[in-house]
Amino acid sequence: MEIKRRDFLKVAAAGGLLVASNAHPALARDPKTRSKDALGFLYDSTVCTGCKACVSACKQYNEMPQSSSSPQDPLWDNPLDTDSKTYNIIKLYKNGTGEIKDREQDGHAYVKRQCMHCVDPACVSACPVSALTKDPKNGVVSYNKSACIGCRYCQLACPYNIPKFEFEKTFPQIRKCQLCSHRLEKGEIPACAEFCPTGATVFGKVEDLLAEARKRLQYKPGSKQVYPVERLNGKAVAEREVTPYIPQVYGEKEGGGTQILYLAGVPFDKLGMPMLGERSDAQRSETIQHAIYKGMVAPIIFLGGLLYVVHKNTKDHK
Amino acid sequence: MSEESRPLGGEVLTKPFKVLAGIFGFALLLIAIRYVFGIGAVSNLNDGYPWGIWIAYDVVAGTAIACGGYALALMVYVMNKGEYHALVRPALLASVFGYTLAGASIFVDIGRYWNAYKLFTPWYANPNSIMFEVAFCVSLYIGVLWIEFMPAFLEGVSKYKEHLPEFVRNWNVEGLRKTLNKFMFVFIAVGVLLPTMHQSSLGSLMLIAGKKLSPLWQTGLLPLLFLISAITMGYAIVIFEGIYAAVGFKRPIEMPLLTKISGVMPGLIGVYLAIRIIDLVVRGAVGVAFQINIQSLMFWVENALYVAALVYAAPVANRTKPKPLFLSAFFMLMAGTVYRFNTFLVGFNPGANWSYFPSFSETVITLGMISFEIMAYLYIVKKFPVLPKAEHA
Repeated sequence: MEIKRRDFLKVAAAGGLLVASNAHPALARDPKTRSKDALGFLYDSTVCTGCKACVSACKQYNEMPQSSSSPQDPLWDNPLDTDSKTYNIIKLYKNGTGEIKDREQDGHAYVKRQCMHCVDPACVSACPVSALTKDPKNGVVSYNKSACIGCRYCQLACPYNIPKFEFEKTFPQIRKCQLCSHRLEKGEIPACAEFCPTGATVFGKVEDLLAEARKRLQYKPGSKQVYPVERLNGKAVAEREVTPYIPQVYGEKEGGGTQILYLAGVPFDKLGMPMLGERSDAQRSETIQHAIYKGMVAPIIFLGGLLYVVHKNTKDHK
Repeated sequence: MSEESRPLGGEVLTKPFKVLAGIFGFALLLIAIRYVFGIGAVSNLNDGYPWGIWIAYDVVAGTAIACGGYALALMVYVMNKGEYHALVRPALLASVFGYTLAGASIFVDIGRYWNAYKLFTPWYANPNSIMFEVAFCVSLYIGVLWIEFMPAFLEGVSKYKEHLPEFVRNWNVEGLRKTLNKFMFVFIAVGVLLPTMHQSSLGSLMLIAGKKLSPLWQTGLLPLLFLISAITMGYAIVIFEGIYAAVGFKRPIEMPLLTKISGVMPGLIGVYLAIRIIDLVVRGAVGVAFQINIQSLMFWVENALYVAALVYAAPVANRTKPKPLFLSAFFMLMAGTVYRFNTFLVGFNPGANWSYFPSFSETVITLGMISFEIMAYLYIVKKFPVLPKAEHA
């Protein structure tokens, strides 16, 4: 008996139906939109002085230990990036002489890094056991250690490399910013915003923050303007001279949108922000997965066919 | 069917077996260290590269190499080529251990293993997660593989008592074997469905890595490419193992069967390469392959291996000779493995400040898993009716 390649390819094609449909998905999952009550920050790099009061406040109010980048001399809390002991960090961009703030050439700029609380988070889509969830109202992405299996797929999925894992611990957890949910519950605002002395980080509803960001992009460089401090529509304000902005609100659309919005005087890729399309990776991944597995219809039909054929063929063999 | 397979007999504690046992013992020690002092104590895994060789080799490449049972089931039971029956059991055995060890490796890799059962609790399970689909499917398939292999075990118990350890000699298994055979078609059918699902989903896992995965590998066709290459690797391992075991145990090679099986390889590799190239062209990613870096180098290595496998398998005359056939299978296994390493590690770049290369301990743990797999295979083919009767060939 001779193997007919055509027969084989027919069967391969039948099985391949399971996966082939994804080339042009018919059932694209709709993009997710921001909740009206979504909460977040507007971080304005041009306002930030790099004092790191936010880093220190974040540690204090989240009861996080010191993280030292120099193990030989661990006197200071000086992490180089967010890590399993650090939810929030201020990083420095420097070019050439670094003398002028918020200038790309021979300048410097600060950038705050933390969980972006994405509109359509890759980590939430990736987590096999729903340990990462997005609050349907305020949109905060939280972590539930009692569900987590520690597979670290969230880390692989996150375009901002935010979830951090306790590799050094016997019983490790994932660690990330949860927008100080424990403080929000008490009617307080997240520690990093409350302790920011300049108003570089302001807390508020994302739609208000977006309006504020767009307003700032209209400001004339050199003009004096009033900037809210700590939170939008609060009492504290500061007057400052406007410096030039890159005409973009990072986070408005990037990766499907985030609840942390950024303004800066230096291009965002220079600040280390990933350049993402407007479509979230979660949407793409789920569209392909759902095209194959929607209602388990394709697998069930395939299984039905298999049961019939295998039953028939095993009888033949006896 | 029982008349076709015989235990090989012979000494179990050979020299290679003892070496493998040594590696496995060392790996066990390192695994103990991992459970006490954490994953960081034995591995170079980090927040940028959360997955290393335990995932890329033990799970992703390992289960594809263990697709022999799946590939043969497609041929024997779906396409009704009963003549390959003699090859089913050795293939199934390798699949049983390949998958079981992949499952065991996951328990070394995941940080909060005590929560693993939550994958099976409906209120925790996340059907949007490709990891959920993979984990659920692979777990089920491990169970199905053990059931599929049960007849060999039960026959071994009832027919070759003298070869067996004492504790199994007295079981009365004939009834169980008959009942199992009646329902075996269900397990065989499910045993084809599940690998079709998870071998493609293993590719889909990397979809959500988005731009962190190089455009040389990031494509919506990941599930299709992973499925085709897994099936091809399945046939390759049947051929590789068939020749290797025959030479190793000084038995005749089942050349006519292996020659016929290898007939599907050129077509599968050709289809795979065509899809791979068209996809790169359509996505406009070809230019990336000509940049000078480790990613483009590994891209060419990967595809050169595919082409080598194709070149050796394509001429009909080659497929009747053990050496070119063996080389073709070897290159195919390498090609699929490098493709998986590239997709999960080499092509993955979380950012400039991160790097990963497996640590010594991490590597030993993976080698220990492979050693155990080979030891278990050697033990079982010597004690249970797995390999075809020698004079049959």
